[in-house]
Amino acid sequence: MTRDFDAIIVGSGPGGSTAADVLTAAGWSVVVFEKGRNHLIDLDDPRRLAEDFSNDEIKFMFRHFLGPDPLLEPRTFRRHDGEGDRIRIGQVNNVPSTVGGGGTHADGKTPRFREEDFRVLSEWGPVEGAAVADWPIAYGDLEPAYAEAERLIGVAGDAGANPFAAWRSGPYPMPPGAPMYGALVSSAAAAEMGWHPYPAPTAVNSVPYDDRPACNNCGFCAFFGCPIHAKGDPVASLRRALMSGRAELRPETFVSRILVSNGRATGVEYIDASGTTREERAGHVVLAAGGLETPRLLLLSGFDHPLIGRNVMFHFQTYVLGKLPMRVHPHKGRSVTHVHDDHLVPDDESLTAARAAGLPWFKGGMVEHAGPAHPIVEARFSPWGATHKDTMRRSEMREHLWGFCMQGEDLPQPTNRVDLDPSVRDVRGFPSLRVTYRPHRHEEAASAHYGAKLQACLKLAGAEWSLVHTSPGPVDPVPISRHVAGTVRMGTDPETSVCDEWGRLHDVPNVVVADSSPFPTGAGYGPTLTLVALAIRNIGKLAGTRGAAD
Amino acid sequence: MPVFFSDEELAVVEAACARLIPTDEDPGATEAGVAHYIDGFLGAFSFDPPRIWAGGAFSGRFGGSAGFASFHHLTPLDELAWRTRIEGSAGRPEREWNGPVVGLQERYREGLQLLGDDFTAVDGEEQDRRLRDHATFTRLLYEHACEGMYGAPEYGGNRDLVGWSYIGFDGDVQPRGYTDEEVSGP
Repeated sequence: MTRDFDAIIVGSGPGGSTAADVLTAAGWSVVVFEKGRNHLIDLDDPRRLAEDFSNDEIKFMFRHFLGPDPLLEPRTFRRHDGEGDRIRIGQVNNVPSTVGGGGTHADGKTPRFREEDFRVLSEWGPVEGAAVADWPIAYGDLEPAYAEAERLIGVAGDAGANPFAAWRSGPYPMPPGAPMYGALVSSAAAAEMGWHPYPAPTAVNSVPYDDRPACNNCGFCAFFGCPIHAKGDPVASLRRALMSGRAELRPETFVSRILVSNGRATGVEYIDASGTTREERAGHVVLAAGGLETPRLLLLSGFDHPLIGRNVMFHFQTYVLGKLPMRVHPHKGRSVTHVHDDHLVPDDESLTAARAAGLPWFKGGMVEHAGPAHPIVEARFSPWGATHKDTMRRSEMREHLWGFCMQGEDLPQPTNRVDLDPSVRDVRGFPSLRVTYRPHRHEEAASAHYGAKLQACLKLAGAEWSLVHTSPGPVDPVPISRHVAGTVRMGTDPETSVCDEWGRLHDVPNVVVADSSPFPTGAGYGPTLTLVALAIRNIGKLAGTRGAAD
Repeated sequence: MPVFFSDEELAVVEAACARLIPTDEDPGATEAGVAHYIDGFLGAFSFDPPRIWAGGAFSGRFGGSAGFASFHHLTPLDELAWRTRIEGSAGRPEREWNGPVVGLQERYREGLQLLGDDFTAVDGEEQDRRLRDHATFTRLLYEHACEGMYGAPEYGGNRDLVGWSYIGFDGDVQPRGYTDEEVSGP
C-alpha cells in the first residue's frame, strides 16, 4: 500500500500536538487534521508565531473567535433520557475548536494527578450508581512522562510547596510567576483555616523559555489566546513538530470517518476547507479531538463498542465568591496564581458528611483562588438604568470580588454519556453531539460540604458577603467546565473498556487515543498535563512500532 | 452615518441606550457611541473585511503597532455563520441546516417597533416603562450596549475610552502588561 504519512492525527490541541512532536522526533511523517482555523503559528515558517490573539473581550468572550461557533456546530443537551431528545441546542461545553485546541483558551494550570487518583476504587471503594475504577497504569508509570511534559510545555511551579503532591523526580523547569494580590489575601485566610495554598503549577513562562517571552501579567489569560505566546501549551510541541519538516498541519479540515478494513484503520475520510470530501491513508490513526469529538468521530465511523461515549465526566465546579473591602484588581496577573488541594483528600469530617448523605466517601477538587476580571461580563451582571454607573464604579462584582473555584471530582456514571443527536446537524450535515448528563449525589454532597468551608474562609479574609454558585446547578444544568473525560475508557478488559492501557482501541489497535477520553476517573484536577503525559507515554510506545503495519 | 439603521432607528437606539447606561457626571452610552457600535455590528458586512473580529496582537495604546484596526478576514464558513446570525436565514436553504434562524437585524427591527416611533419624544420614565415591558428585546439591547460601552474602541463604541476611563480599567495593556509589583501589591 502506498501512503503519504506514517500517521494521521485528528486534532491539534495538547494531545495531538504532543503526538505530532513525539512521532516526528522518532522519524515518522504525520499529517495533523484540525477542523478549526489557524490563529497560532505561521505554517510556512513555524518559527514565527501568529499575531492574531489579543486582549479583546468582545472577540474572545462573545464572538466565538476560538470556535466552535454554536450555530455551525451546535451540540445538544439533556439531563436524562426522560427529558426527550434534548432540552438545549447550541453551546454545550465548547472547548475551543482551533489550531492549538483547548490549550489556547486555558490559563495554563497544569497540575499532576496524585498517586491515589490512579487507584480510586482500590483506595476508597465502590459508590452505588457510579463506575468507579482503577486506572490500568499507576502514577509511577506516568511520572517520567509528567516530567517530560513539564519540560516540553514549560511549567512554572514550586516543587516543595504542596504537601499533598505526588512524588516527583525533579524540580519544575521554571519558578512560579508573580503572585496576584487577591491570591495573597485568600491564601493567608486559607492558611489560617489550616489549609495549604501553594503557587499553581502553570504552563505560563515566568522567565523567557523555549524561545518564548516571560508572561507580562496582562490579565487576559483564562478564555483568551496569549498575544505574546507566553503560554507553552501546546504551541511548544506543535512548533517543534512542524520545524522537524515531517509534520503537515491542515486547518479547516473536518475528519468525518475513520476508514477500517479487516480490523485495521487504513486512513480517514475528511472534508477540506473548500467543502470537498477527500481521503488520506496512513498506517496509524491517532485520535486527539477531545473528550467530546473523539467519541463522536468513532460513532460517526460506525464503531460499536457499547461503552463509547459512556461515563462522560466534567468537573463539578463550585464557585464561592465574596466582596472584599479592598480592591483586589483581578485583571492584573495570570488569572490564577494560587490553589489548594486540601479538599481532594477525604478526612474524618468529610467521611462523616459523606455517610450522612448516604455515600461511603466523597472527594472535592483542587481549589483555584481567583476573581472575575473583565468589564463587559461585569456590566452584563450589573443592573441597567440609574444605578448602572454607580454599580460599575463601586465594582463589587469585579475589582472587589474574589474567591474560589473548586474543580470537584465527577464520578463516572454509565448513564452519563455522549451520542449522536437523532436530528440536529452541523453545518456539514453530520449529526451533532448530544450530551446526556446529570451529577451524582457524590458531587453535590462534596460541593455542599466544601462550599460552606470556603465561605467561612472568605469571611476570615474579610468578605462582607459571599455567595455559592455551582455548575451544573439550579441556574443551568449544562456543566460549564471544559474539562471533559471518560468517553473512551481505558482498561485491560475489552468488555469493560474501549481502549487498552496504551490508548489503542481493543477492536482496532492501530487507532490510538491521545486525549482525555481514556481517563477511567477524572480526578479533581484539570486534565491537560495528564493527557499530555499519557500522549508522551502512549505515542512513544506507538513510535516504537513504526513499520509494524507495513 | 449609520450603515444599517435608518437615522430614525439610530435615534431610538441611542435614546434607549442612554436610559440603559445613562450620562451622569461621567460620560454614558451616548458619549461612548454605543448606538454606532450596534449599528456597526448589525452592518458588519458593509465593510471589507467584515467587522466581526478585530485584529491582533496589539492596539498600539500601550506600545506595539495598531493591529486591532485591521479586522480578520472570514473564511466561507465564518461568513456563513455570521451572515446567518446577523441577517437570518431568510429562506435560503444553505443557511437552514437546522431550520430557519431569525437574525439579529430582524430582532432589532421588531424590538424598535415595540419601543414605538415616538420613543425619542416621550419622557425618561415612559422610556423606562417601555424598556421594562419589552424585557426580551431590552436584554438583547443591553448585552450589546455593554459591549459597546466597555469593549475595544476599534468596534465603534467606547469612544475616547470613556467606558474604561470612568471605571479605572486600562483595557488591553499588551505589550506593556503589568509589573510584578502592580500584580502583587494592593
